[in-house]
Amino acid sequence: MLQDSLIRIENVTFSRGLRKIYDNVSLTIPRGKITAVMGPSGTGKTTLLRIIGGQLKPDSGSVFYEDKNIPELGRSALYELRKKMSMLFQSGALFTGMSVFDNVAYPLREHTDLPEELIRTLVMMKLETVGLRGAASLMPSELSGGMSRRAALARSIALDPELIMYDEPLTGQDPITMAVLLKLIKELNESLGITSIIVSHDVGEVMSIADYVYLVSGGRVLAHGVPEQLQREKHPDVYQFIHGLPDGAVPFHYPAGNYLEEL
Amino acid sequence: MLVESISNLGHRGICFLTALGRALLVLIHALFGKPQFRKHFPLFVEQLYVVGVQSVMIIIVSGLFIGMVLGLQGYNVLVQFKAEASLGPLVSLSILRELGPVVAALLFAGRAGSALTAEIGLMKATEQLSSMEMMAVDPLRRVISPRFWAGFVSLPLLTFMFSVIGIYGGKMVGVDWLGIDEGTFWTGTQASVDLYEDIAQGWIKSVIFAIVVCWVALFNGYNCLPTAAGISKATTQTVVHSSLIVLGLDFVLTALMFN
Repeated sequence: MLQDSLIRIENVTFSRGLRKIYDNVSLTIPRGKITAVMGPSGTGKTTLLRIIGGQLKPDSGSVFYEDKNIPELGRSALYELRKKMSMLFQSGALFTGMSVFDNVAYPLREHTDLPEELIRTLVMMKLETVGLRGAASLMPSELSGGMSRRAALARSIALDPELIMYDEPLTGQDPITMAVLLKLIKELNESLGITSIIVSHDVGEVMSIADYVYLVSGGRVLAHGVPEQLQREKHPDVYQFIHGLPDGAVPFHYPAGNYLEEL
Repeated sequence: MLVESISNLGHRGICFLTALGRALLVLIHALFGKPQFRKHFPLFVEQLYVVGVQSVMIIIVSGLFIGMVLGLQGYNVLVQFKAEASLGPLVSLSILRELGPVVAALLFAGRAGSALTAEIGLMKATEQLSSMEMMAVDPLRRVISPRFWAGFVSLPLLTFMFSVIGIYGGKMVGVDWLGIDEGTFWTGTQASVDLYEDIAQGWIKSVIFAIVVCWVALFNGYNCLPTAAGISKATTQTVVHSSLIVLGLDFVLTALMFN
């Protein structure tokens, strides 16, 4: 597994204040595949994406994008590398002062000198891919949550990146929108060969499209493998998460003193 | 107890120095980021409208009323000494040297500075700045820099407007309503106002205040906690900090300029 990797995270430790988010974690993201990073809320899944994107620097360890160690890159080299990657934020993060069209055109206008006519063609092609060509003139405030994410997805593929990182793309979506987003992620991966990292805790949905899954919790990788492997895993933490059990290795109760004594 | 107090003091000191360092970095990037004329000039013009043009009304109205009040109060005092002919110099020197730069900066901090902080803070809270970074667009150049330079250009011009309208307001009260001779008012003004000592030094003050207000406003927005409470706190901090710094700096600059 994973001979041809796009991202290699080696022995990364990351802390926020006194709290250790990642403790000597290593994982590999294969090129051209969909890799899911799953785990309970608050385990630092989004933090991992920000470390890969160079927005956060680990305390120690390396994060290689091909042969480039992201934490060691200078500002201009990092910005150059980011042209090859893209991130779909949980909120969509569309620019509220611009229409959907201008949002999708934004990276093209910033990084290319293409004539406006060609930019229009490219933007319409991207919007058609996500089914929002008819919504090009709408403002972000006029979009539903699902449409916002699709518009943001169109923007994130505007420059045809090698890597897309999806931060909780399915959270808070209705079943139809969820199915649409899953279909889009899968199709983009298959048709454009984009390497995808999905951070999510929607186990069933994400496992249905993921090629490889990492389960992180408590600052370390609990388990990893192809989805079928994880579904058969008997480790109590993994079993509880994959099967969505309310109590188990991760207790229902937040640690507290004796109940009767406190009453 | 004592150790805890010293530890808290040290922690606060470190936090202050960290914030100052970050603020300096923001300022340096905003000032010295290599601008791309084709892409950044339209953003600058847009911000010039938002920050400058939209502040014109409050500046004009405030300038007019402050000039009028100054004319009225000045007249009431001067007339007791039969010195109402000195109303022109009193109004114009007060406005050009002090009230123009200071009040315009305070109004600018309240109207444009708070709006800048809230806007940047909201962009941060909705991950727009982060998404810009991930699109390989530097928010310091794309968002902070045009707003900084727009404020830098706007405030001295607004100060100029404030001063002109303020002097006119003083003239309206003194000459048109209270009957001071118009020739005396303007001759006194012309004789007492010095291009370098009064107009240029007032302008220098407004340039320095522009840097301070924009810097404080943009940094507070860029550095705020990305929550509703964080944005609210940052906006308040912008108005309080920039107002206090403007008033303090005004004293220092006045002491330096006018010995």
